[in-house]
Amino acid sequence: MTRSRAGFDTVSIRALTKDYGVTKALDGVSLDVREGEFVSLLGPSGSGKTTLLNILGGFDRPTSGQVFFGSTDVTLLQPHLRDIGMVFQNYALFPHMTVEGNIAYPLRARNVGSAEIARRVADALTLVELAGYQTRRIGQLSGGQKQRVALARALVFDPKLILLDEPLSALDKQLRESMQIELRQLHAKLGATMIYVTHDQREALTMSDRIAVMRSGRIEQLGTPTELYNFPRNDFVASFVGESTLVPLQRSDGGSVSLGTSRLRTGRPVPQDGPIALAVHAEKLILDSPGEGEDWNRFDGSVSDVIYQGESVKISVRLDDGASVGLRQHCHHRSMSSLPQVGSRVKVALHVEDTILVPCDAESVPQAHAA
Amino acid sequence: MSATINSFQQRIDRADNAAELARAGRREQWGLVALVLPAAAFVVALMVIPLVWLFWQSITDQSGALTLMNYVRIFTEEGTLATFQRTFVASLMVTAICVVLGYPVAFLAAVSKPRTATIIMVLVLIPFWTSVLVRTYAWLVLLQRTGLVNQFLTWAGVVEAPLALVHNLTGSVIGMVHIMLPFVILTLYSSLTQIPADFGRAAASLGARPGRVFRTVIFPLSLPGLVAGSVFVFVLSLGFYITPELLGGGRTVMVSMLVQRNIDLYFQFGSASAVAFVLLAATLLILWLADRVVPLGKILADR
Repeated sequence: MTRSRAGFDTVSIRALTKDYGVTKALDGVSLDVREGEFVSLLGPSGSGKTTLLNILGGFDRPTSGQVFFGSTDVTLLQPHLRDIGMVFQNYALFPHMTVEGNIAYPLRARNVGSAEIARRVADALTLVELAGYQTRRIGQLSGGQKQRVALARALVFDPKLILLDEPLSALDKQLRESMQIELRQLHAKLGATMIYVTHDQREALTMSDRIAVMRSGRIEQLGTPTELYNFPRNDFVASFVGESTLVPLQRSDGGSVSLGTSRLRTGRPVPQDGPIALAVHAEKLILDSPGEGEDWNRFDGSVSDVIYQGESVKISVRLDDGASVGLRQHCHHRSMSSLPQVGSRVKVALHVEDTILVPCDAESVPQAHAA
Repeated sequence: MSATINSFQQRIDRADNAAELARAGRREQWGLVALVLPAAAFVVALMVIPLVWLFWQSITDQSGALTLMNYVRIFTEEGTLATFQRTFVASLMVTAICVVLGYPVAFLAAVSKPRTATIIMVLVLIPFWTSVLVRTYAWLVLLQRTGLVNQFLTWAGVVEAPLALVHNLTGSVIGMVHIMLPFVILTLYSSLTQIPADFGRAAASLGARPGRVFRTVIFPLSLPGLVAGSVFVFVLSLGFYITPELLGGGRTVMVSMLVQRNIDLYFQFGSASAVAFVLLAATLLILWLADRVVPLGKILADR
């Protein structure tokens, strides 16, 4: 049941900058979010993702730039007039109110009648699978339940846009993963536009329609999870998304690229200028077996570490050219029976289509979106 | 071989170091008790013993015989009861004025940037570094008939004749408010800064205008600090002596002056002790009531 939202197609962020003294928290960020889209802002701490969210919420004013909801410029609009649902990192549930008091808060602020409030609170609680929790106090709830109440409070008034600031980061791993799936389903059900801040690349990959990878106040790359994972634009994106190792490469004459002495073949475009690196995803690298075909780059090395992690084994291999790469193998009888020992010589192989080349030091690469 | 394993297994099953571990635990506890001892001795020597002695004095007459005369006198003499009443009213006024004046200051400091907040708090604390006596005499000078305040008011045409601002209840209250204000501001400030900034943002994002955010979220959550500060000021005001004595001009007698007069003028240690004890009992009663009315523990536990 996707609801139509007349007059509100997208969130448009135009060339936002935010200076704190000499540091630029945001440095020319532009981003268009489509109606009903789930977009994640992914980046390390200090990358500007929370600043961007605070500006969208109206809690912070940009130094320059504009924010549009649909065709309306909301850059200077007060937060309480923006009609945005927001879920905070530590939930920000009001401890002096019951669950019902919290969820009814946005409705009371809008002078909704009390019968209508009771109905909508009950509906919202059912939606987050906490039916009947109205009279509980916030202090009596578990972390996961608080999260659900915060969510119910943020969507009970049918906001046009829901902002989520690392809402799952305080939960333990298992709960976090099941909440990710629930949030995804909730998003599909409501059809609301969601902007989600996280520093967890896996979470972003799991949930998003599109991801904006941020660093130092800029968007390094914007794309679908598959695009980001398989076609990182530079070394930062490559190292931040997925479990990958970056190995510096040498350029030789005629446009070819080599790792140490061995020439690399790739089915992908080679970046034009500047230093480049090979981005190796741990799961793409395999221990070579003679039966494999010809479309593989092969490297010699020795095993420096073998870590058993239950469902998979992580094997660190020091290549003869000096670089170290990680290799991940799923655990099953065949792979486990031929597990190499630490110190043993191995040949590792990487398919030419998985041979991802990225430009190094993105700082020096001019960004198309920079203001 | 298997016998060796068995006996080893038994040693693990019933390790014999339980007694030693228990001893270590007790040693640790006694160590903690020892840390408290100096403070406990201090309290006993300077609080418990004098109080017991004071109480003994209040229930004996000059010959040393037991008597309830001193207490009966408090509850029968009109002047004494009126003094208690006056003290409570004055303390309530001081508390109310302190809250009204102090809340905005504490709020301003709590929402300011750290630098500004520090400046505000230093300004609040500066009077603390000056003697109460000096500040009280300063008010005497400012508030008298020919003082700065009255001169200004007549010059500005606000009043025709100088107001009687001192040597009465007004003077006492003004002076006490000045002394007590930092206590309210400090406790309120600490309670306001403990409210996460996200609470205000959450309320705003949910559609509450600033006034509503304050009324429904900030103010209720600052109540523990407000009650604590108010009770603090009220209780301190009940026993305040120097300021009301000097600014009240001897005409508005407070409970603390009753104690002083009983000793200085009439040499009645017994009745002075009884007055002090009734005041102490009243104070404890108020603290208990405040705790019942505003369940401070509950509000804090849910945080």
